[in-house]
Amino acid sequence: MTANVTHAPAARERQPAAAGSLAGTGQLIRLALRRDRIVLPVWALVIAFLASSGASAYEALYPDPADRAGLTASVAANPSFAIMFGPAYDLETAGGFAAWRFGTIAALLTSLIAAFTVTRHTRQEEDTGRQELLSSAVVGRYAPLTAGVITAGLFSAATGALLAAMIAGVGADATGSVAFGAAVALCGLVFTGVAAVTAQLAEYSRTANTLAGSTFGVLFLLRAAGDTSEAEWLSWLSPVGWVHRVRAFAENEWWVLALPAATTLALCAVAYALLPKRDVGMSLIAGRPGRAAAKPGLRTSLALSWRLHRGALIGWLVGFAVMGMLFGTLASGVGDIVGDSAEMKQMLQQMGGARGIEDAFLSSITGMVAMIGSMYAVQATLRMRYEETALRVEPLLTTGVGRLRWLGGHLLFVLAGTAAVLTVCAALLGLGYGLSSGDVGGEWPRVFGATLAQLPAMWVVAGAAVLLFGLVPRATVAAWALAAAFVLISMFGPILELPQAVLNVSPFTHVPQLPHAEFTATPLLWLTATAAVLVAVGMTALRRRDIG
Amino acid sequence: MTDNAASTTTSGTTAHEAIGVAGLRKTFGRTTALDGLDLHVETGEVHGFLGPNGSGKSTTIRVLLGLLHADSGDVHLLHGDPWRQAATLHRRLAYVPGDVNLWPNLSGGEVIDLLGRLRGGLDKRRRAELIERFELDPTKKGRTYSKGNRQKVALVAALASDVELLVLDEPTSGLDPLMEAAFQETIREVRGQGRTVLLSSHILAEVEALCDRVSIIRAGRTVETGTLDDLRHLTRTSISAELAGHPNGLANLPHVHDLRVDGNTVHFDVDTDALDEALRRLTDVGVRSLTSTPPTLEELFLRHYTDELPGTEAERAEKARTAP
Repeated sequence: MTANVTHAPAARERQPAAAGSLAGTGQLIRLALRRDRIVLPVWALVIAFLASSGASAYEALYPDPADRAGLTASVAANPSFAIMFGPAYDLETAGGFAAWRFGTIAALLTSLIAAFTVTRHTRQEEDTGRQELLSSAVVGRYAPLTAGVITAGLFSAATGALLAAMIAGVGADATGSVAFGAAVALCGLVFTGVAAVTAQLAEYSRTANTLAGSTFGVLFLLRAAGDTSEAEWLSWLSPVGWVHRVRAFAENEWWVLALPAATTLALCAVAYALLPKRDVGMSLIAGRPGRAAAKPGLRTSLALSWRLHRGALIGWLVGFAVMGMLFGTLASGVGDIVGDSAEMKQMLQQMGGARGIEDAFLSSITGMVAMIGSMYAVQATLRMRYEETALRVEPLLTTGVGRLRWLGGHLLFVLAGTAAVLTVCAALLGLGYGLSSGDVGGEWPRVFGATLAQLPAMWVVAGAAVLLFGLVPRATVAAWALAAAFVLISMFGPILELPQAVLNVSPFTHVPQLPHAEFTATPLLWLTATAAVLVAVGMTALRRRDIG
Repeated sequence: MTDNAASTTTSGTTAHEAIGVAGLRKTFGRTTALDGLDLHVETGEVHGFLGPNGSGKSTTIRVLLGLLHADSGDVHLLHGDPWRQAATLHRRLAYVPGDVNLWPNLSGGEVIDLLGRLRGGLDKRRRAELIERFELDPTKKGRTYSKGNRQKVALVAALASDVELLVLDEPTSGLDPLMEAAFQETIREVRGQGRTVLLSSHILAEVEALCDRVSIIRAGRTVETGTLDDLRHLTRTSISAELAGHPNGLANLPHVHDLRVDGNTVHFDVDTDALDEALRRLTDVGVRSLTSTPPTLEELFLRHYTDELPGTEAERAEKARTAP
């Protein structure tokens, strides 16, 4: 890293004043690619492999036209698929199936990695003070932002190209593969632009990433709402929806690609306009002075934990409240969008009528809520490691605060915080469904309980993160990978016909599909016990290890 | 080293000892950070803790604070075990780290109060006095402080606490000369109250002004301990002399180093302890003019920092004897 930094002055000698405010961009891009030489190619491969494995599984799962027609009919009859996966346009070909089933997840991963890459090479460099070192060398005002955007853009484009090549490689239609790859790449570019803007707005890299990630969340919900209601235009407002509306492998609507391209340009223009309005290391929103003395309540490490966690927790609570209310309202009457052809009516009948469809929809929602909510648990746990590496734990542990007390203050927000996020969502999901189906008293407890049944699985994810933090602190960040693996196994394992032993690795596999299926307490007790053991081992390990 | 650990468990600390470290070892993977370090700090003294970058000062301090677990060796802090009794002992000490990082959403004043309360309360009048003395604005938030101001926050929090022991890891590396003076004044007050201070520092003037005794470490080992006067005796004086005749026998003296003879003129360094004997040799020949440069503190430290071998007194004598 340092070796590259010292190259910067040399670059200037070779091209004096050539690029002005962009001077040094090329060097910075090389530095960024050097730093990310492992992580970006790995992600591009994972994303491309996910989607192409879906395409290759399709041939084995649905070998003849009758199976494919059956799949098409059942997906059309069950709107709960559309929440997570979006609308299906062509389930008669392997490529069309992969674009439907894996379009959203490919777009999600590409977008988030692109956004984090931008933040990493812009705002995070300012956070750590490395930017000052670079800026004092010959680096133009716009160079770091340009380098970050180009690096993330290269990643998005490479991911799209790899995706297209790998899907075409397993036998999908070449034109459709290019359209799908382009749709995913352009979604990544939009979030490159989003992150370029949030890096100017936020004062810290964590905030910038959270803003970009939340933007994806909101746009995903917009798409999900549009695809599961009659207000389809909502999906057209969302870059996440555009990925599907390209209709890759079906009609290949190339013009739709102009929407994300134009959005990217507009977002970058905004970021470039905002950049000169602030100082390096500072945000656009000037910080207000704080209190000269602490309130009487700020006297324990728990009180400090509350100060550190409350912002994120409130954000998640609000987000999950909105999500619960939105999907609760959508769930009743979700059968209406299925259509009323004779074939559909028959499918409906098989699924237990409108009631059965709504229950299936609700259990999809609770599964999705749990998977997304477990990200809060990981984020809250990682906060501890962040505090440790920022050297802010030492001053606390060298007062009268013991390690377990410090940990306990954070664990409260990890475990009870996760419960609170889920409870709020469960309450509003039940309320929304109850109100729109006209039976709050009858429906609310059923939906509320069904949602809360997900809590033990979320605690297992939290427990795994705590275990990592205690046992292998340097690898705490792998908790994200672990959580992502659980989610991917649960979302795609069944359709890829993975062995049960693999499916059982994910805690979400063990949660009864309420309210659709029967309630059984045993798996929930096992999950809770697993979570407790993981947390206990993590706590013991933290007591014994070195801090710092 | 390891047998120390067994034998000094009971005898390792005396009633007057605030910190007692014997044969401390700590490795990180393949790197040996501490290699049998000894450190003894008497109650009520200001003890300078010196050594080049990466010599293990911060690692020692973090073992003393129970943040790192020692591989072997004997460590006592305020007559307790810093690893097992961390939280209890910490109520009696205050620590200022070398790198002060503050919480971005807390103001400096809030951090001072929080840390003070976690230590069991702080003196409000003292807090106000220190904030004024160090010209600190307590309303700013973590991020907006400069390095020096972040250190001031940690210093005020530590100094306003009523504790027996202060552990300061390069506490003034970001302070301006005015604030350095304020710091020295405050440490003198602290010593006047009978408290103990372990001060790791690179600022020699500060060490000279404040410390009763110093320990110098290199590569994870203690190479010298004593008062500054003790240490001065271990260093060398530079001599230039014009003699009446040709100097004889100087090169054979064990305590003479870097001897250059230019006709009747000689230049050499001599261990301060052996100055007397060297001068006698010169006067035997007859001295026409003589310049003597006394050892400075800088030289003392530079010698300890740059010697190829970790030089205890015995080792250095050995080296001098074998030198040409």
